[in-house]
Amino acid sequence: MLLETKISRRGFMQTAGALTFSFTFAGRVTSAVAQEASAKFNAWVSIGADGTVTVMMPAAEMGQGSLTALPLILAEELDADWSKVTTQYAPPIPKIYGNYHPLFQGAMLTAASVSTPGYWMSMRLGGAQARRVLLDNVAQQWGVPASELSTEPSMVVHKASGRKISYGEVVRFAKVPETPPQVSEADLKKPSQFRLIGRSDIPRTDVPSKTNGSAKYGIDVRLPGMLYASVLEAPYDGAKATDVNSDAAMKVAGVKRVLPLPFGVAVLADSVHGANKGRRALKVKWDGAGNPNASFDSEKALAEYAGHAKDPNAKAMTWFQKGDAPAALGSAAKTMTAEYSSVHCYHAQMEPMNCVARVAADGQSAEVWTGTQSTALAAFVASNVLKTTPDKIRVHQHLLGGGYGRRIWPDAVAQAVVLANITKEPVKLILTREDDLTAARPRPMTYHVLKAGLDGSGNVVAWHHRLAAENVDAVAAPPRFKATGGKDIIGWRGLEQPFYGVPNMLADAVREQRGVRVHAWRGIGAGYNKFASESFLDEIAHATGKDPLALRLELTKDHPRAQAVIKAVAEMADWKKPRGKDRALGIAFSDYHDSFSAGIAEVSLDRKTGKIRVHNYWIAGDAGIVVQPENAHAQLESAVVYGLSSALTEELTYKNGAVTQSNFHDYQLMRMADMPLIHTKVIVTDNAPTGLGELGVPTVAPAIGNALFKLTGKRLRQLPMSASRVSATLKA
Amino acid sequence: MTKFVVNGSEVNSEQPADTPLLWVIREELGLTGTKFGCGIAQCGACTVHVNGSPVRSCVTPVSAVAGKKITTIEGLSPSGDHPLQKAWIAAQVPQCGYCQSGQIMQAAALLAKNKNPSREQIVRHMNGNICRCGTYNRIIGAIQRAAKEA
Repeated sequence: MLLETKISRRGFMQTAGALTFSFTFAGRVTSAVAQEASAKFNAWVSIGADGTVTVMMPAAEMGQGSLTALPLILAEELDADWSKVTTQYAPPIPKIYGNYHPLFQGAMLTAASVSTPGYWMSMRLGGAQARRVLLDNVAQQWGVPASELSTEPSMVVHKASGRKISYGEVVRFAKVPETPPQVSEADLKKPSQFRLIGRSDIPRTDVPSKTNGSAKYGIDVRLPGMLYASVLEAPYDGAKATDVNSDAAMKVAGVKRVLPLPFGVAVLADSVHGANKGRRALKVKWDGAGNPNASFDSEKALAEYAGHAKDPNAKAMTWFQKGDAPAALGSAAKTMTAEYSSVHCYHAQMEPMNCVARVAADGQSAEVWTGTQSTALAAFVASNVLKTTPDKIRVHQHLLGGGYGRRIWPDAVAQAVVLANITKEPVKLILTREDDLTAARPRPMTYHVLKAGLDGSGNVVAWHHRLAAENVDAVAAPPRFKATGGKDIIGWRGLEQPFYGVPNMLADAVREQRGVRVHAWRGIGAGYNKFASESFLDEIAHATGKDPLALRLELTKDHPRAQAVIKAVAEMADWKKPRGKDRALGIAFSDYHDSFSAGIAEVSLDRKTGKIRVHNYWIAGDAGIVVQPENAHAQLESAVVYGLSSALTEELTYKNGAVTQSNFHDYQLMRMADMPLIHTKVIVTDNAPTGLGELGVPTVAPAIGNALFKLTGKRLRQLPMSASRVSATLKA
Repeated sequence: MTKFVVNGSEVNSEQPADTPLLWVIREELGLTGTKFGCGIAQCGACTVHVNGSPVRSCVTPVSAVAGKKITTIEGLSPSGDHPLQKAWIAAQVPQCGYCQSGQIMQAAALLAKNKNPSREQIVRHMNGNICRCGTYNRIIGAIQRAAKEA
């Protein structure tokens, strides 16, 4: 039986609440499950005779908590006993298990903080439909109208006669009808009826396994007779390995083969140590003749990006527009302009990229074991390698040791399948940290020019934000890039300003094409675009003698949810309270995929070294209905730390086309000693759930920069705000 | 051949003497709770105890542990009920969870020596362990909780 979720869009608004779902059925329904151990009610849920409820898990678990939240949503509408609910990863069949969020439109992908928003209705309707089937079966068995039946957790109840029966017992006689009952949004619970959603006392189900070593990640897979592979990754796309000297590598104990391949030079060995040692012993020259990627130098390129961003004749594509910003800038009483920039950032997921693959002797099918943000994409690339079809690829999904966008890209899967296809023995590919950095798919480097027009009273009447950057969609989502005529939905996110009441606004972007393998990175475009726009807004506030908080409240006055997070965070931080001469506060606001957040940083500065210390970070977020409140706080905290790390220290640079950094000694991540206290507030509203996993990122960098301006009178215009940059800015 | 004790059981590793203990534990012994993060002792994901002291197994050659007693996350407590493991669950520390075995082993070594560490002592002791999900404050809270309850 197939259950497809179809979606009809009314007006194609980018809010989950505007979506209407209907269920249709395809394929033959198998009925009659009497005496069977379990019954499959629809594509999403089966119930065993022992009462075990198995929910199909369409998303990856990479730390964001979907492995708990998604089945919990289904269990809510099924009215299941939560202790009896378990999950099974759904096969990579987007037609059934795709995410119908407007951003994805059916793609089966875990990204953009939209697993809960995108599967919210699928899970609820799937649960409600299964519950209806249970009720109908009991009604028939007991000869009572279904309308007299109700449910308690995993029990069907007939109040009039005082009879009760467990779901497991119902399954023993239940028949799933050939045409299962239609359910619609009208059949779903009201938020006030929720038993599971919104409860702080329901913990994440994956946490115990992550305290005792039993949690299984892709890197933990072991198959009998497998070979280990290490790949000296090519420094840039199209780099050709020439003069591969493998003599020393082949002498390493356990090394079996050295294979120069388009993506790098692979060493196959009978142990990880052998493979890694062999890889270190390789001597390889990379030939970049005629390849423009070979000359990329990030420092030089940033200067060129700046030139393009400032060039009035540069070709720019419009992303967001209201009124006539150029005209309003021309006629404004006063104009302001400012420039900002940010460097490339590396995901630094703690589990290096890896994959285990086994290819059939005929090379026509394969199994892969990995943790991926898209099993569908993994199956697709594996099938491309073997020139077969995705249904011939079995993907065994595992927990992800961090994703943050990196594990959308299935390079490790493709590489492992290429190797296993050569050896026809199972291959476990693990990248060294050094190769994981070489193969980085970073957040793009960016340059921003912002202009504002003020009227005679200092009101903002015109706004223009121009970005110059490599386009992520062009590299990571070419079909979408083509379909949108060259818009970078990932990289431009956050340039738009739907919640600030400035009458004339324009956001546009100049495309850079340097061959950098840019990619989605937690918070995507909002991470750097909000640094620029929220810093600039702070400049406007100071230039017009307005309080930065008051200006944001004034500009968002027509948007209650935006106002609410700004007011909440101001109250949390006690915005008006003096902080003495050594500390200062800075504020920022950001929407992100229909969610709202505002953050305040309290900073001090070591003027000798230029090192910024963030003492406190307050953040208020509104993502509508919250499924798992404790995890919502945890996600905000986590995203704030991601924001802090990229705001203060992270810097990925390129020379001669290659990443310059090699490991965590020179790619500096936030550590415990630099942590501020983080104070989170989750504002729960009755709006359909929107994203939470990245919401904490965008406000952090501008809030810190704004606080530093308050403290020193100096404006930081580059990310990261590292000690050396701060020192240089203070001296300037 | 290197003989040593892992989680109370005697083992013989047949891997070359320079093989990092990490890979012996993970691939030869199949104890995959100990994680590979950086390979150069910069992240702490591979932390195990050698004779009770926290050690980065990614830079410890197996030959260096001959005759020694190794404890991995799997052997920290008989049924995952070390005060730190309980506190980790109570505080809902892990997100992706990948670094957490190393975090817990690092923290366990601290509590074994210092029953009531200050926040500063915790931070100093834990600073070598990276958590990319940024669960640091929850880790501090869980260590304090475990110290109280231990």
